Amino acid sequence: MKKYTYTDKKDTRSGFGAGLLEVGRKNDNVVALCADLVGSLKMNDFIKEFPDRFFQVGIAEANMMGIAAGLTIGGKIPYTGTFANFSTGRVYDQIRQSIAYSGKNVKICASHAGLTLGEDGATHQILEDIGLMKMLPGMTVINPCDYNQTKAATIAIADHDGPVYLRFGRPVVPIFTDADQKFEIGKAWMVNEGSDVSIFATGHLVWEAIQAGEQLAELGINAEIINIHTIKPLDEEAILKSVTKTGCVVTAEEHNRLGGLGDSVAQVLVKNRPTPQEYVAVDDSFGESGTPAQLMDKYGLNAANIVAAAQRVIKRK
Amino acid sequence: MSEDINKLERIASQVRRDIVRMVHACQSGHPGGSLGCADFFVALYFSAMERKAGFDIDGIGEDIFFLSNGHISPVFYSTLARAGYFDVSELATFRKINSRLQGHPTTHEGLPGVRVASGSLGQGLSVAIGAARAKKLNGDDHLVYALMGDGEQQEGQIWEAAMYAPYNKIDNLIATIDYNGQQIDGATENVLSLGNLKAKWEAFGWDVLAMNGNAMQEVVAGLAEAKSRTGKGKPILILMKTEMGYGVDFMMGSHKWHGVAPNDEQLAAALSQLEETLGDY
Ligand SMILES: Cc1ncc(C[n+]2csc(CCOP(=O)(O)OP(=O)(O)O)c2C)c(N)n1
Ligand SMILES: [Mg+2]
Repeated sequence: MKKYTYTDKKDTRSGFGAGLLEVGRKNDNVVALCADLVGSLKMNDFIKEFPDRFFQVGIAEANMMGIAAGLTIGGKIPYTGTFANFSTGRVYDQIRQSIAYSGKNVKICASHAGLTLGEDGATHQILEDIGLMKMLPGMTVINPCDYNQTKAATIAIADHDGPVYLRFGRPVVPIFTDADQKFEIGKAWMVNEGSDVSIFATGHLVWEAIQAGEQLAELGINAEIINIHTIKPLDEEAILKSVTKTGCVVTAEEHNRLGGLGDSVAQVLVKNRPTPQEYVAVDDSFGESGTPAQLMDKYGLNAANIVAAAQRVIKRK
Repeated sequence: MSEDINKLERIASQVRRDIVRMVHACQSGHPGGSLGCADFFVALYFSAMERKAGFDIDGIGEDIFFLSNGHISPVFYSTLARAGYFDVSELATFRKINSRLQGHPTTHEGLPGVRVASGSLGQGLSVAIGAARAKKLNGDDHLVYALMGDGEQQEGQIWEAAMYAPYNKIDNLIATIDYNGQQIDGATENVLSLGNLKAKWEAFGWDVLAMNGNAMQEVVAGLAEAKSRTGKGKPILILMKTEMGYGVDFMMGSHKWHGVAPNDEQLAAALSQLEETLGDY
C-alpha cells in the first residue's frame, strides 16, 4: 500500500475560498454571488480583492441562480455560494430551466454537503444532492477530497464551458494531495494500485478509503483505491480497467446510497462487465445532529465500514 | 396584570438561561435570535395561546404555533419544556447525537410541541396558512401563530404566502416577524435592505401592527390586540422590534452572536446577567 501522510488539516470549503481568489486573479470574467453565507463559504478574500465582482443577494437562493444565469449572458463566469442543500434541492427548477437546459456557464459551489456538517442536523445535511445534480443533462458533478484538490478544482472549472456542481464540506480533514496538482475534470485519480478489490471513493471518503486500504493490507488484502472526484462525467475507462483486474468493487460516498456515486458505477458495470459491488453510503435515511465523527460512525461511513464491505465483496467474487 | 407580567418575566429569564446553557453545552447553535425572541415565546405559550394539555399533532380545538426561522430552536425548545411538553432535563441533549432536540426543529424524532420541520428558511408561513385553512375546514375557531425572521423576508416564498393569505381571507392567522435588523452576514440594511416592511405587508393586504418584543407588558398587550383583530377578514402581521442577543449585554448590538456559542467564561458572564428563577435543567 502506497504510503499517504499529511502534515496539515483544513476544511475543503477553505480550499474553495483560496481557489476562488486565485481564479479571480487569473480570469477577469469570474464573478461570485452569495446568499448570506459569506463567512461559511470562505468568500471574504475574494470580496476584499474584487468588491465589484461580488454580489450579495441576501437569503434568496432562487434569485441568486437566476441572476447567475443572466450574468453568463455577456460572458461572465459566475460562482454561486451557499450550503449544498440550498444550492440544489432549494433551487432545483431554477437550475434545471435557467442554467442546465439553457446551457449556462454557472459554477454552483456548495459547501456543508453531507453528514459532516454536524450539529445543524438533517434540515441542512443534504444526502441527495449528487443524485439531483447528476440527473441534469449537461451538468458536471465534482466532489473533491481535500483542501488542495478543492482549490485546484475551483480553479479548473473556470476553463470548462458549461454548468458545474462543485461539492465540498465543513469539517477539517487531512490534506494529502499535492498543492500544485493539475485538476482534470472527469479523470479519476489512482490513489493506490492493487489487485484484490477496487475501492472507488469520493469526497471525504477518499481519506477513509486510504485508512481502509492500510488495514486491508495488514489482512493480506491488496486494495486498489481510486478517487472519483468527478462523478459526472464518470471515468468509465478507469473503472472498467480496475474491475477487470480486481473482479469486485466497493463504492464509498457521503451520500444516500440511492442516486450517488455507487449507482453511477453500478450502471457502468451492469452494462459492460457485471461485477459484485458493495455500497458504503447512507442507507436511504436522513441525517441528524451530532459531531461529524459520531455521524460518520453511526451512519456507517468510516474506514472500518469500507474494510468490512471489501471483505464481504471479495467473498462474492 | 403587573403580577402576571412579573411571572412571565421570571419565566423569560429562565428561558434565556436555558438558551445560553444549551448552546454552550454543544458549542453550536443560535443564541442571538433566540434571546431576542424569549419574551415573545413566553408571552405566547404562557399567556396568549389557548393550549390543551399534552400534545396532539393535529392541534384540534387549540391554538397552534409554527416556527419558520427554525435556527432559533433553543428558545423554542426551552419554552416547550418549561410549558410542560417534555422534561426540562432533555434540554441537555440539544444538538447531540440520538437526541429529539435536533439542531433545527423536526417531527422526525417525535418531539412533542413541534408540528413541522423548519431550518431551511422561508417555508413556515405557507405551512401555517395550510394549517389555518384546515382549522376553518374543521370548523375549529382556534388560531394559528407563526414566527419568521426579518432576514428570512428575503426569501421569495414568503411573498407567495403573503399574497395568498389575504386574498383567501385567512383571518385566523397571526404571523410575527422578528424585526431585529440582523442576519448572518451583517445588518439586513447592508445585506439586502427590506425597505418599508410595514408598507409592503399592508400593500399585500395584511392587517399590520407593531410592537416592542423586548418588553413583556408590550408583548402581552400586542398579542392581545392582534387576537382581537382576528376573524375580520384579514390575516394579522406583527412587526416585532427586538434586539438580537437581548438580555446578555455583550451579545447585543450586532449580528455577531447570530450563530456562535459562548465559551466557558462568556457563559459565566451571561448567566450572571440572567436570574435563575425556575431552577436550571
Ligand atoms: C433557505 C436558507 N438559506 C440560508 C440559510 C442559512 N441561514 C440560517 S439563519 C440565516 C439568517 C437568517 O436571518 P434572520 O431571519 O434575520 O434571523 P436572525 O439572524 O435574526 O436570527 C441564514 C442565511 C437557511 N437556513 N435557509
Ligand atoms: Mg434577523
